[in-house]
Amino acid sequence: MTIPRDFDAVVIGGGLHGCSAAYHMAHAGLKPVVLEKNVVARHASSASAGGVRRLGRDPAEIPLAMASIELWHSMRDMLGDDAEFRATGQVRVAENDQDMAKLAERAASVRALGYDHEVVLDRKQLRRLVPAVSEHCVGGLYTARDGYAFPYKATAAFRLKAEALGAVVEEGTGVTGVEREAGRFVVATNRGAFRAPVLVNAAGAWGAEIARMLGDEVPLEPVALMMMVSARMPHFLDPTVGCAGRPLSFKQMRSGTVVIGGGYRGRVAADGELTELEFRRLALSARTAADIFPIMRDATLVRCWAGIEGFTPDDLPIIGPSKAAPGALHSFGFCGHGFQLGPIVGSITAQLVTQGRTNLPIEAFRVDRFAGQAAV
Amino acid sequence: MSAINSGEIDLAVVGAGPAGLAAATTAAELGLAVSVFDENATPGGQIYRGIEAVAAKRGADFAVLGDAYRAGESIVRDFRASKAAYAPNTGVWLVQKDRQLGIVRDGKAGMVAARRVLIATGAQERPVPIPGWTLPGVMLAGAAQGLLKSAGMVPAGPVVLAGNGPLLYQLAAQLVAAGVKIAALLETRSERAAALPHLPAALMAGNYLAKGLGLIAAVKRAGVPIRRGVTELRALGCERLEAVEVAAGGRTERIDAALLCLHQGVVANVQLSLAIPLKHEWSAAQRCWRPVVDQWGNSDVEGIAVAGDCAGIGGAEAAAHAGRIAAFEAARALGRIDAAARDTHAASDLAAWRRHLRARPFLDALYPPAQGLVVPADDVPVCRCEEVTAGQVRDAVRQGGTGPNQVKSFTRSGMGPCQGRMCALTVSEVIADALGKPVAEIGTYRIRPPIKPLTVGELAALE
Repeated sequence: MTIPRDFDAVVIGGGLHGCSAAYHMAHAGLKPVVLEKNVVARHASSASAGGVRRLGRDPAEIPLAMASIELWHSMRDMLGDDAEFRATGQVRVAENDQDMAKLAERAASVRALGYDHEVVLDRKQLRRLVPAVSEHCVGGLYTARDGYAFPYKATAAFRLKAEALGAVVEEGTGVTGVEREAGRFVVATNRGAFRAPVLVNAAGAWGAEIARMLGDEVPLEPVALMMMVSARMPHFLDPTVGCAGRPLSFKQMRSGTVVIGGGYRGRVAADGELTELEFRRLALSARTAADIFPIMRDATLVRCWAGIEGFTPDDLPIIGPSKAAPGALHSFGFCGHGFQLGPIVGSITAQLVTQGRTNLPIEAFRVDRFAGQAAV
Repeated sequence: MSAINSGEIDLAVVGAGPAGLAAATTAAELGLAVSVFDENATPGGQIYRGIEAVAAKRGADFAVLGDAYRAGESIVRDFRASKAAYAPNTGVWLVQKDRQLGIVRDGKAGMVAARRVLIATGAQERPVPIPGWTLPGVMLAGAAQGLLKSAGMVPAGPVVLAGNGPLLYQLAAQLVAAGVKIAALLETRSERAAALPHLPAALMAGNYLAKGLGLIAAVKRAGVPIRRGVTELRALGCERLEAVEVAAGGRTERIDAALLCLHQGVVANVQLSLAIPLKHEWSAAQRCWRPVVDQWGNSDVEGIAVAGDCAGIGGAEAAAHAGRIAAFEAARALGRIDAAARDTHAASDLAAWRRHLRARPFLDALYPPAQGLVVPADDVPVCRCEEVTAGQVRDAVRQGGTGPNQVKSFTRSGMGPCQGRMCALTVSEVIADALGKPVAEIGTYRIRPPIKPLTVGELAALE
């Protein structure tokens, strides 16, 4: 069987961002191919805790997050599958007055930008939303239409819909080099070359390697973010909960299991594809969870894991045109908060391909903003 | 020999079955500071569960459980007399490549470091996914045997045994000796023709065949009805097991039962070695995964060795030899003896170990798991924790889930408290069958610590 080699676009990386870009391009009538070195959603896109969160975003990301939440709310219409998205809200808890002041200041700054999705909760309002929260918590910040979904299922939903619209997904296909030839990219892989006039770099933690093949230098650090999940517990929590003063991402899934994350780092193993956990650091995560939710103290942990994600020095992703290679676009390095943005960034990429412009502000994410800084 | 500072561990042994105990005793004799960690209250593992208490009574129980069980007495006695430290009731929930172990005992979690680690976590039963296997009243034969050994518990009401393998006959003989009435022993399949070429080697291996034939004769003598070559095994009942249905000789038979003990052999317990992860391979003969080790038990990770049934099924006697062999190698690796001394010390154990293993090809070929049970029909639950059926696994494959980890993400199979212990083999087999690929290419779940129950509170207090 011969593999088709010529496409309208080559997408490198079969994670959420690559599959979303493929879907949006296929929806616009293009025929993209997704090249995935392993299997779809192998790393961050299946390991992510799955928070669909606008709460606490960097101001540069807010317009994208506001547009993306609408896509989350219409995902079933768009893809025929909602990846079990539940809009149960997101809450950031303040454990003391100092944290509370920080949250109030944050809410004010977001309002000043013209947004009203982040709402301050007093002690009583916090308990109404989060009855199981520890007595010492004094209030919080809340976004109502946020929630969570299943990362693997979201990625698979974009992939399956993209395929239904004519996109091709090639798993076990790792990119080894990129060349230009008569206005087209020739992407060399372990399974032969693929050609297209458009290239989308959605290679996640490996995005800088692809960028370098294109001539763009980006300082990107692969990081293993650790998470854990408990056995099923009686229902005690609806919204996803974070913490103002300590790293925490805490949610009870519909099945009753509780997923705890928050950004504590494990290690990326020497081969770059596996992760190792750092249990003394994970213990801090357990401590935070048990402090904010005393009910968790006796919860049994079923599994701990880590996913590999690319981090940039300013904690913002790389989105938009390549500097060195016209026709190439970047969408990687989401620094552990790219899940919510997946639907909209794929749409932005497709817009850039089909119209040469986007109506959302992406200047802050340009690939050459670290020029002159040493690569990590 | 260098002085051993208190608290420093030369060899940490995980598991107190025949391999772990023999390794610990031998390593301690060679002057190593040994610590054995085991989740049970007393030494012996599954095979010699509760042996000290049973032996002390010297009563009827001891006779009921048979010679093979009594062989464990001296292994445990030697271990007790050794200088090896022993941590019972201690779960090992983590082993890192840098040889740090995560342990939990009495609600306290901790980390200990060792110069070398020996994994001796033994075997587990192969799952037997038949329609109705999740009903109360249906259990795996080894679990039933465990109750008989540790609690002297004897089932009430009609008992049916189904499946194949030596342990099924052993349990039948034990139940007969305990005065239990067995309504039927249903043998799914044995492949005498396929096994025959391996018979000469097996005859050289020791008294396995005599023991096996003795067990079968005892069961027959007791008048237990035996049906051979049965298929279409089903457990029937609403709230709990009421009857067993089976096809034999072209007709379907219904047998009333209060307890159904299922068995189709044991497989290497690789939960810990997968979690590290050590390099594994698929054993086509034993139809299970096993870590890749050399004759000394060394894995692909420096300083971590594996011995006994968790490195591939060889039985209790082979396991004890493997444990001693691994202990000699540990002493060499830590500089206590040189390679020549190790070879001399280990020679008789190596010879005996190889002799015992010669019985395996015959037993593996005689008692292969039944195809219909390894690759069950759509409506049969494969993951008990998350109630996922074989049909749902096939659906996930159709949606692009080409491996166990993708199927896990689609269906939640293997995400429950047992972390796939009870479904991993079935899920890999079902995927392989659906894609028409060998299981070796399909792989298995990535197993993540903690592999033993650990609470958020225990982890939070980790020191």
